[in-house]
Amino acid sequence: MTLKLGVPSKGRLMEKTFDWFAARGVTLRKSGTDREYAGAVDGIDGIELVLLSAGEIPRELNAGRIHLGVTGSDLVREKLSSWDQRVVDVAKMGFGGADLIIAVPQAWIDVDTLDDLDAAAAAFRAHHGFRLRIATKYHRLVREFLRDNGVADYQLIDSQGATEGTIRNETAEAIADITSTGETLRANGLKILSDGMIHASQATLFRGRREQWTPDMRATFKALQSKLGA
Amino acid sequence: MTTDRQDTWDRARAYQGVFMQQGAVVTDADYMQQSDLLLDLYGEDIRARAFTTHDPVRGELMLRPDFTVPIVQHHMASGADPARYTYLGKVFRKQDVVETRETEFVQVGFEIFDGSDPAAADAEVFATFASILKDVPVTASTGDIGILRAAVQGLNTTPARRAALMRHLWRPRRFKALLDRYCGLIAAPASRRALLDAADPMAEMPPLLGLRTRAEIAGRIDALRTDAAADPISQIERDLLDALLKVRETAPHALTALRDIAVDLPSISTAVDGLAARLDALAARDVDVDALPFETSYGRTSMEYYDGFVFGFDADPGLNLPAVATGGRYDALTAVLGGGTGVPAVGGVIRPALVADVEGAQ
Repeated sequence: MTLKLGVPSKGRLMEKTFDWFAARGVTLRKSGTDREYAGAVDGIDGIELVLLSAGEIPRELNAGRIHLGVTGSDLVREKLSSWDQRVVDVAKMGFGGADLIIAVPQAWIDVDTLDDLDAAAAAFRAHHGFRLRIATKYHRLVREFLRDNGVADYQLIDSQGATEGTIRNETAEAIADITSTGETLRANGLKILSDGMIHASQATLFRGRREQWTPDMRATFKALQSKLGA
Repeated sequence: MTTDRQDTWDRARAYQGVFMQQGAVVTDADYMQQSDLLLDLYGEDIRARAFTTHDPVRGELMLRPDFTVPIVQHHMASGADPARYTYLGKVFRKQDVVETRETEFVQVGFEIFDGSDPAAADAEVFATFASILKDVPVTASTGDIGILRAAVQGLNTTPARRAALMRHLWRPRRFKALLDRYCGLIAAPASRRALLDAADPMAEMPPLLGLRTRAEIAGRIDALRTDAAADPISQIERDLLDALLKVRETAPHALTALRDIAVDLPSISTAVDGLAARLDALAARDVDVDALPFETSYGRTSMEYYDGFVFGFDADPGLNLPAVATGGRYDALTAVLGGGTGVPAVGGVIRPALVADVEGAQ
């Protein structure tokens, strides 16, 4: 059986993944037309390229429908419970870096740390009658982080995009989102809490659990590891 | 482990029979509960524990993670007092961490709403569960969140600090961090010192965004100033609190230890008297109080709405099972759900399938 390698199907993440493998002697390419999600692998035998959305790669790895996958380390942690028992981090790829952070309005001059956020949340709830709202799409990561740090009296509001705008629109009081330079945050009048770093994410090659792997697949994986130096 | 469903339901009905003999009225709750109330009570963590679903009109709903909230609501709406209830049915919990655990299980409960003699009601609930489990190899644990609450409420410090500590009673890490700061053991972060050193911190405030107002920000800065000017909590009080949290003995010895602490921390005296009255009431119901374990910190991390007596019955830790039965007093919850007017309430639940597992493991 071949080893299925899942790679993001479009954009910079796909191109950088192709570059990263190419630099290690493994050529990944889209076959057929540019719009077709079929791929080919040269430079190593027994690997099949599967192009799919980066957000679906954790789930597919966990289900065993792909055996290796490139995706953001944030997505694996968000989408899989006890992620480190389900997939193994094979190689950190050094691109696609982004930090999952908590940000609040710059005008909140009294809030710089999680301790401040917690106290502000308590006062906010007493004043407004509902829990302080944090907009995010990273529910698991944010909830676990805030629980570990003993922040209470907040609620998570789902935001799948334009999260920085939720505060201005008064649908949230704070946000937890991915940022690489912080520029969008600043442009939207927000600042990052000094101890509000939840996870420093980067593109990572993961493999799923190996129970169902045949000896062929294991050999192919070994060969790939030696090429990747991983 | 056990998948004999008939056996589970048979046991459940038998246990319910025991509660009915204590005068409990059979009651029920909807499978789907409004999320907003549960979220408001438990916070975001409930979303990690309860299954949520969505109705186009009613919005977010949760498969009942327990019966307590709907039973309390039912009671507060009915106006009956005193009252006692029993219920039987499935509750649903996500098992995000230990995935081998069941996501739905049959639970049988017994709740007493009666303020006439809290010690007697505590003892009756505990003794009833103990009688069901008398031939099952489980170990009882007991505690009393009320003692820690009384100690915190009696601390010689500002009301704001006491309120902050009360709020984090159930989060030991945060509680300790706050206490360390209030005792002057850790300095405030640099950003806070800079804020408080500024003559007029509001002068250069960036444009305001969102619902949190300028007055709220100014109010918090005032609160921080008051806090910075307050005297630290004394090391003596801190040591007493630590000693209190460490009490873990058989009940009579724990009572002696707590009485000793109460000499220097008189704020806990009433709560300790309550423990003594409860032990007497338990002894009157033939509970072997001399061998009963008591731990001040018991239930502190897992039982957020309990505010007085707490108890649990656990299997041998080697079996790696959740508690077979748990319960406690939740006077404050009834006040929250009753719009300010509460009713003293105590109750507990037992999971028949776990009892079968424990018996099967013998």
